[in-house]
Amino acid sequence: MWKDKAMRLLMLSAASTSIFLVVLIFIFLVKEAAPFALKPGLDALFDRQWIPVSFVQERYGILPLITGSALVTGLSMLFTIPLSVLGAIYIAEIASPVEREILKPFIELLASIPSVVLGFFGLVVLAPLIKTFFGLGTGLSALTGALLLTLMAIPTVISLSEDAIMSVPHAYKDASRALGASDLQTIFQVIIPAALPGIIAAIMLGTGRVIGETMAVLMVTGNSALMTWSPLAPVRTMTATIAAEMGEVSFGSLHYQALFWIGLVLLAVTFLLNIIAQRVLVRYGMMK
Amino acid sequence: MVETSPFPADTEHVITARQVNFFYGATQALFDISMDIPGRRVTAFIGPSGCGKSTFLRIFNRMNDTIAGTRLEGDVRINGEDIYENGSNVVSLRRKVGMVFQKSNPFPKSIFDNVAYGPRIHGTKDRQELAEIVEKSLVRSALWDEVKDRLDTNAIGLSGGQQQRLCIARALAVGPEILLMDEPASALDPKSTIRIEDLIGELRNDYTIVIVTHNMQQAARISDYTAFFYEGRLVEFNPTKKIFTKPREKQTEDYITGRFG
Repeated sequence: MWKDKAMRLLMLSAASTSIFLVVLIFIFLVKEAAPFALKPGLDALFDRQWIPVSFVQERYGILPLITGSALVTGLSMLFTIPLSVLGAIYIAEIASPVEREILKPFIELLASIPSVVLGFFGLVVLAPLIKTFFGLGTGLSALTGALLLTLMAIPTVISLSEDAIMSVPHAYKDASRALGASDLQTIFQVIIPAALPGIIAAIMLGTGRVIGETMAVLMVTGNSALMTWSPLAPVRTMTATIAAEMGEVSFGSLHYQALFWIGLVLLAVTFLLNIIAQRVLVRYGMMK
Repeated sequence: MVETSPFPADTEHVITARQVNFFYGATQALFDISMDIPGRRVTAFIGPSGCGKSTFLRIFNRMNDTIAGTRLEGDVRINGEDIYENGSNVVSLRRKVGMVFQKSNPFPKSIFDNVAYGPRIHGTKDRQELAEIVEKSLVRSALWDEVKDRLDTNAIGLSGGQQQRLCIARALAVGPEILLMDEPASALDPKSTIRIEDLIGELRNDYTIVIVTHNMQQAARISDYTAFFYEGRLVEFNPTKKIFTKPREKQTEDYITGRFG
């Protein structure tokens, strides 16, 4: 009897670990970031410049970092969405079994490449290409980062979109064909609309992954915290900023606290994306 | 088997099948079936599960083509045209030959968009024209009065019987001559079943209807002609009255009196 109880308790605590950790991380972030809100106040975060180390005047504006992240993420999704959705349609609906056997492992392989290796590839291969192609002074730009992130997002978005497409009942396809629809008409007018909630959720989760990615963007986006919307300009993302500066910042300083605010913003954004994705899936009955 | 003609002399045959053999991969599902199906009549296919009646039905709109590894031998004509001839047009065939499935399968779209789906993919864009087709089809399928005030609601919210009548309306909307029905009432409650049967009775004068059913009473109630299939062969094809009163074959009699199947 006590054995059952002990076992139950053990498994319960194992299962609760993640909840416990999430709460702990959140508390920790807020605790470290909080003093900044009193002095110099949250206004300082809305500055248009990020100059945390300066002999004249330190500035902790995270706006350029947010635009940097938004620019890189937006560009990356611009490439990811059409590539992944078309790819998923092909794999789920058109590919022969042999083609599927070849395509799927390669997509999974892409997901398993460490991001630092991809970053290396970006630095050595992609950046010089972009530099020559656009005639830039440096190939380290928002576009370079976005292309690398596309490689990382594609496996997630393809696999989840493919699941969504595969889960559309076969009966819809039969009904459409029996009415004289071609395969393409069936795909675009019945199957994709029916799978759309799942595809949207896949895109949300892919976006979450892209926003949170650090290493590759740190290596190839040029690390310049300037506010810009130009794809060819060097930028600095939120994640890259934390990764690059956390090691050198003095504990408890304003700079240190500002970095934690960046962390909080990141957490809020990815949390929101995940919530929306789950809501969409539950709402349309694709997830219990 | 001796070929007999159960039809009156002036019968117009819409579907003719000659020496049809059908294979799923290496497995033969249909053996040497020859059959004439009369126009504007209801023809029922009966027989135990796996006897090939649904497979034979799906030959008429080439739905078996969508299954990999299937093969057909023989000659199948609709209005004299060989539907399996090289270069024959599957799209125009399926406009002419509508199908209603065993499990109702409306699209997760509005009631209007479900019925308008067929006309739209075949090029009808005019909203007014589509609205007319939708109304006409829903009236024909005896669903109009129940749904006319909520055409823009999702079809998934309809009851099972309503969904099946919606599927019939959707099939009618492309203007077919022939309606294939694959056990259209087998998943419905008795009341909905009767509505579907009544509907078939109303459609019989304008459409050639071929219906697969495992329910012999249903075949007896609604059909003019009945074909009994057993183990991939056509055992007997006769006027329904004759099949159920004086079947020619011993096997048919055994089946309809419930000795097997």
